[in-house]
Amino acid sequence: MTNRAEMTRRDILKSGAAVATLTLAPGVTLMTFGGSEANAARADAGKRWGLLIDANKCAADCSACVTACKTENGWGNDGGEHSGPETESAWIRKVTLRDKHTGRQVSAPVMCQHCESPPCVDVCPTGASMQRVDGIVLVDKHICIGCRYCMMACPFKARSFVHSDVPEQSVNAPRGKGVVESCTLCVHRVDRGRIPACVEACEASGNSAILFGDLKDPESPISRALKQYSSIALRADLELNPGVRYQNL
Amino acid sequence: MRLILAFLVLLGLSLPLHADDHEGLPAVPKATGEPHPEGNEYWRKNHMTLLLHDRDLTLREGEREDIRASLESCFDCHTVKDEAGEAVTIEDERHFCRVCHDYAAVKPDCFTCHRSTPSDNVANRLMATPEEPNSIAAYLERLKALEADESEASQ
Repeated sequence: MTNRAEMTRRDILKSGAAVATLTLAPGVTLMTFGGSEANAARADAGKRWGLLIDANKCAADCSACVTACKTENGWGNDGGEHSGPETESAWIRKVTLRDKHTGRQVSAPVMCQHCESPPCVDVCPTGASMQRVDGIVLVDKHICIGCRYCMMACPFKARSFVHSDVPEQSVNAPRGKGVVESCTLCVHRVDRGRIPACVEACEASGNSAILFGDLKDPESPISRALKQYSSIALRADLELNPGVRYQNL
Repeated sequence: MRLILAFLVLLGLSLPLHADDHEGLPAVPKATGEPHPEGNEYWRKNHMTLLLHDRDLTLREGEREDIRASLESCFDCHTVKDEAGEAVTIEDERHFCRVCHDYAAVKPDCFTCHRSTPSDNVANRLMATPEEPNSIAAYLERLKALEADESEASQ
């Protein structure tokens, strides 16, 4: 174990920021911080995580993804004096659409769409609503003041406000009264090389309606599926370029 | 504030020798595991700075491996058990954090969001290996196999 009391500023810069040094000419060096190769252990700017949801494969009576998300992140059972359908957290919810003319009915999960230009980040007065370099949109609850501007700004109704005290949270997702929360794309799992809980549960249910992958890698299954088949972004008119896309909706 | 900290440091130094002479002063609960290489005095003085620095690294940068100060790992060693052998939560005044914080009248607000006891849920704590079925590597392999099956079936 490193003794942090004896670390110098230089040590911290070296270890914490993983400086990549490139020698341009004798005596001239270029130093970069972060980047995809220099720092594999951190969120990678060379990646953008996304989901592709096939509504045809999503069974109307299945809510395995919602259950898995609740278990993984510990929401959905808050109780307290303010509990009720209006105030209950919903990181992910099943939405059923019905075409009035044809009667066709489809069902699909809706969660944070992890937009490339997220309105929730635009409106946040404290910088708590943030986007990581790999495209995952998060709430930094340490500095969230609970103003709920982001909930108003989000066109997908993806964010929730915690109204009651939460005792003994899941270690996966710290959450508490007075701050806003939403789908994290299971960032605690993705950072350690695991797939999100909803994707795992959807596969286990036999439907495999959710495809997870790196949108920046043209060879990834999700990128190839997006290139080959028609898909839509929810509220494409807003040009937010979400990381979550839908097929057959 | 500095006086209090200096006092706590002194207290930490003198406790093992004169535990009986300091009635009314907090008795820091004994920890398990390896001691901090920096020493207890350093951690008593700097724990908040270390936690603050590493929380930003984790949340904003996605650093998960090279993190030394996290509440989750604090409770690996610094846990107080009750009579029934269960780890006490922050609601209990015997909780590791509360012993000194109550004495210094400083209320930590970490635990409105963070868990104050060790968790059994440790499945996600280590980096995934490709053998794990829920690892991204294994998932991509499954997708590849599925695609191969489909192209075979269509031929």
